[in-house]
Amino acid sequence: MGLLIDEKNVVIPGQILAEGMDFLPAMNTYREENNIISTRVGFIKLSGRSINVIPLSGPYIPKVGDTVIGKVEGISNSTWSVDIGYAYQATLPLRDATSEYIQKGADLSQYFDFDDLIVAKITSVNKMKFMDLTVRGPGLRKLDGGKLIKITPSKVPRVIGKQGSMISVVKNATNTRIIVGQNGWVWISGENPEDIQKASEAILMIDREAITEGLTDRIEKFLGGKKNDIIQEEN
Amino acid sequence: MISYKKRTDGRRFDELREMDAKVGVIPRANGSAMFKNGKSLAIAAVYGPREMNPAFMRNPKKATLRVYYNMMAFSGSGERVRPGPSRRSKEINLVMEKAFEPVLDLVEFPNTAVDVFVELIQTDAGTRCAAINAAALALADAGINMKEMISAIAVGKVYDKICVDLTKEEEDMEAVDIPIAMTSNSGKITLLQMDGVLSREDLKEIMKQARDATLKVLELQKKALMEKYGGQQNE
Repeated sequence: MGLLIDEKNVVIPGQILAEGMDFLPAMNTYREENNIISTRVGFIKLSGRSINVIPLSGPYIPKVGDTVIGKVEGISNSTWSVDIGYAYQATLPLRDATSEYIQKGADLSQYFDFDDLIVAKITSVNKMKFMDLTVRGPGLRKLDGGKLIKITPSKVPRVIGKQGSMISVVKNATNTRIIVGQNGWVWISGENPEDIQKASEAILMIDREAITEGLTDRIEKFLGGKKNDIIQEEN
Repeated sequence: MISYKKRTDGRRFDELREMDAKVGVIPRANGSAMFKNGKSLAIAAVYGPREMNPAFMRNPKKATLRVYYNMMAFSGSGERVRPGPSRRSKEINLVMEKAFEPVLDLVEFPNTAVDVFVELIQTDAGTRCAAINAAALALADAGINMKEMISAIAVGKVYDKICVDLTKEEEDMEAVDIPIAMTSNSGKITLLQMDGVLSREDLKEIMKQARDATLKVLELQKKALMEKYGGQQNE
């Protein structure tokens, strides 16, 4: 009776998490008669009497207010359609794209062209999965140059770290500018290609080893390690 | 009547072949897995949920599961089954889709497709079971909501003995071979195919042995998922 698996343990789909009526099924769980069962690979998180399974894999699920990185895939006469790594394309309407006055029938590709990367905020998501974006707001813009890498969306919080601690380690050590979209798309820009390469290797390492302990130390070592080597070579 | 006294590979009659499973074998897929059952080796990759084309096949109520089973050109002995697309592989695509449909929750992604590609690199009977086991792992890895896991095994009758997990050699004797897929908790049957003649009692015994065998397969599937996703979460 009660909880069968302790909090923070990893479970698989179909695994029985709790028996009896003491708990309620919440995120990624369901009740079948007396049992609460997981539907995803993830770890258990309790909130009061509710059992949640925080997924460790799977697609990005857009939420209003998320900052994402997207790629312009289509231009119509009043909107852009943007790929944000989801099963559906997001829409960037004219009024949220620029504060400039745009003449009717103007060529919209002068603002955002095909394959342009943008960092945008999700303003609405409805049940039919129509999503609206905006690029008007602090930090939202078109991204020039740089490199785009993709990581597992569920690992985004780990890559950013507590109050951005993890990502600042990477930024400071490699002297790059990095934007992490909630959709798992990461944009890296810097002065020289080696720095960008190093930063993207570090981020992919965090993605790969997200569930292991002492990761921050290892990332610091990984980023600092080779720097020291270079200094030694110079000596 | 001939009596089958000793299995050709020396196994007990209820003993499975040596199995192996690994999750995450194809980095660029949304989910992937390998399942090895004796000499039969299946590799599954899941892509999606993604845009469904052709558009007229879209289902506005939920995502569509599409399975592609393929025996590679160099697999098998080349005697009975010709590798590549065929009427047989089309049938297996269909029965595999039907095997997963009851446990998959696809309503979150209307109008999209979830594509499962299964390649058989080496075949020695029981390929559709190996394919189902690999695909179940790949779907879990891809983060598709599943009510229960699916595990499959072939149980049959060779001459007068009921045998679990037949090899090609045994299949080619006077044998009845029944591939069975079952859900993990409730043991519901999602796939059952048979050709040959069998008594009611034999079928009952086969179903009983199939449940025990699929639970052994499930243990391995769980182990493979745990290997990738680890035991405990720190954050």
